[in-house]
Amino acid sequence: MKPYRANVMVCAGTGCVSNHSLEIKKAFEEEIQKRGLADEVQVVTTGCNGFCGAGPIAVVQPDGIFYQLLKIKDIPYLVEEHLLKGRPVPRLMYVPPEEKIHIPKMNDIAFFKGQMLVALRNRGMIDPENIDDYIARDGYRASAKVLTTMTPDEVIQMIEASGLRGRGGGGFPTGVKWESCRKAKGEPRYVICNADEGDPGAFMDRSIIEGDPHSVLEGMVIGAFAVGSSEGYIYVRQEYPLARERLVIAINQAREYGLLGDDIFGTGFKFDVDIRRGAGAFVCGESTALMASVEGRVGEPRAKYIHTVEHGLWNKPTCLNNVETWATIPAIIMRGVDWFTSIGTGDVSENPWGGSKGTKVFSVAGKINNTGLVEVPMGITLREIIFDVGGGVPKGKKFKAVQTGGPSGGFLAAELLDLQVDYEQLTEAGSMMGSGGMVIMDEDNCMVDMAKYFLTFTQDESCGKCAPCREGTLRMLQILQRITDGKGTEEDLVLLEDLSHYVIDSSLCALGGSAPNPVLTTLRYFREEYEVHIRDKKCPARVCRQLNVYTIDPNLCVTKGHGCGVCRAQCPEKAIVGEKNKAHSVIQDACKKCGVCYDVCKFDAIQIS
Amino acid sequence: MPKLSIEDLEKISERVRRTTLLREGAGRAKVTVHMGTCGIAAGSRKIIDTLLRLVEEQDVKDVILTTSGCAGLCSREPMATVELLQEAPVKYVDLTEDKIRRIFLEHVLGGRPVQEYALAVGSERTQ
Ligand SMILES: Cc1cc2nc3c(=O)[nH]c(=O)nc-3n(C[C@H](O)[C@H](O)[C@H](O)COP(=O)(O)O)c2cc1C
Repeated sequence: MKPYRANVMVCAGTGCVSNHSLEIKKAFEEEIQKRGLADEVQVVTTGCNGFCGAGPIAVVQPDGIFYQLLKIKDIPYLVEEHLLKGRPVPRLMYVPPEEKIHIPKMNDIAFFKGQMLVALRNRGMIDPENIDDYIARDGYRASAKVLTTMTPDEVIQMIEASGLRGRGGGGFPTGVKWESCRKAKGEPRYVICNADEGDPGAFMDRSIIEGDPHSVLEGMVIGAFAVGSSEGYIYVRQEYPLARERLVIAINQAREYGLLGDDIFGTGFKFDVDIRRGAGAFVCGESTALMASVEGRVGEPRAKYIHTVEHGLWNKPTCLNNVETWATIPAIIMRGVDWFTSIGTGDVSENPWGGSKGTKVFSVAGKINNTGLVEVPMGITLREIIFDVGGGVPKGKKFKAVQTGGPSGGFLAAELLDLQVDYEQLTEAGSMMGSGGMVIMDEDNCMVDMAKYFLTFTQDESCGKCAPCREGTLRMLQILQRITDGKGTEEDLVLLEDLSHYVIDSSLCALGGSAPNPVLTTLRYFREEYEVHIRDKKCPARVCRQLNVYTIDPNLCVTKGHGCGVCRAQCPEKAIVGEKNKAHSVIQDACKKCGVCYDVCKFDAIQIS
Repeated sequence: MPKLSIEDLEKISERVRRTTLLREGAGRAKVTVHMGTCGIAAGSRKIIDTLLRLVEEQDVKDVILTTSGCAGLCSREPMATVELLQEAPVKYVDLTEDKIRRIFLEHVLGGRPVQEYALAVGSERTQ
């Protein structure tokens, strides 16, 4: 008997059979018969190929071509092409992973390549609702090490030597704070985690808690041991329901394992954590307002000369740190001071303010291609964050400014793109590290309008306790409004600057103490934009509508829009006239410059000049 | 539940590594859906629901489904990571129910990554 030229080996494992491979076999046989290939090609069934997911599977030998996910209707074509004409059908073929398909490597992608994960070390890797996942990635080893082999002073020394500075805003050296708290008189002592995160557009802390809540709890256990506390609070804003839910789960799991509670690791050390919900007031992120809120009082700050490390929550010594600060602690304990100080800028061996060590998480938003959360080494340039990691400005627009540090951070212009991101250099440039918000603006953003936008936020969030902040920011806002309405004067700029300094110098807390930053930095880097608003009554970015003149291009209106009349119908002032199929026009005297016509015209016929 | 000792931490780690990291016998594939607020807002619940349905429909027993937090690239959510035994994980972005269905069939079951939807292969650099 003549040997067969080819074998079609149809998988008849359970998986493939349940995917109708026997019908596929029958279809092969019928088609082969029909084509008169029955003497040349044999159809056989095989046992399971182990690739059940790709079934029904057929392998054509001797070519060794592996076909997958076959359907009855594929068979005639397959037989004709491959078995009759000798041309394998790529569409139906399985390509083994090695020779496929180019997918870039994680580290070839700039977004990931430029990052260095410390606080976010477990991001995307663990199930945040399962403590075992955290433990499997060396979780709670740092608290074990601290509790069983170190003294509180050794822990404090280590954190001091690491140069870690608070990630929540002020950049205060964490070790120094812990030491003052430990030395302060009074019992009990408290540790608090600040998860208020009130900055618009910031989501670092939320993401850490949602993705890795135990890293924060473990950090707090270590801090509590160092300062001598047995009671901690996490202050989370009401608007973070998922973060809170995962924290509750994490706390319960940690308690169940005895990683929180009495006699942790059998050392006699006890510490437990409770959650307090904030109502979402920006000022409640400020340390003293936060503590007032935890106590159940109105969230208002008090003067700074009474230190919270001595007289904090319920007037007891209290150590407050930010979420990211807490999450970084276990990494420092495990990896050591030398590792941490090898990342970042400056020298902290003599002076804890002497440099910025480690990494910082930023939420990058605004006019940027890769909106998201990035963790980068301190000392990276703004340019690297925005253009490499962030992927640059979308739609080929020109970069104009970046605002760092949250609503009261400053705006930095393009000429500062090579600035290294660390506490000192950002402050020198008129901005700040803040908690890590980063908003990118392009040529379509008006800097006066942006300053107004952020001042509106801080003005609104001012608690009203002290006059400089309450009244000063209001007056500043009124001036900005005047300028964007085209009613500003040259003196307004001087007045704005003076007011800014008064507010900064005399406000009770850092809310007022930093709220004028957006105004001061836009005046510093974009002064001519203010001047154009005042002198020429024009907004170069065409954002400030009161300064725009709206006209209609008669040609576009007719040829493209056929005088559709939508603008006429929508104009609240009835300032647009025209008829169907004819060019419309704006009666300038009646126009209130609301810009509705510009928004509704689908044919770009409304022109701004 | 008795209190954990340090040795217990090691035992838990060992157990987790055995069951959720892909080792001999445990699973053949692991799919992680990133479910931070950004992911959920972008529709990641639908993605995990679809996966659960697929696992049931196809009656697969060796695929581990799990969730995790934000993967960092919020503007490309929903995201998922597919990891096959002895292969580098592949991250998928901008997912829809249809896309995850195809990824499940072709990559998770078929072993062939879906190039069009993939962002990258490998893991992030942690320090
Ligand atoms: C108006 C205002 C809002 C603040 N909001 C926050 C916040 O949301 N989260 C935070 O961690 N710190 C915030 N801070 C800073 C805190 O007062 C405090 O410095 C910080 O939580 C200390 O932790 P750290 O040393 O770890 O940074 C805010 C400060 C001010 C003045």
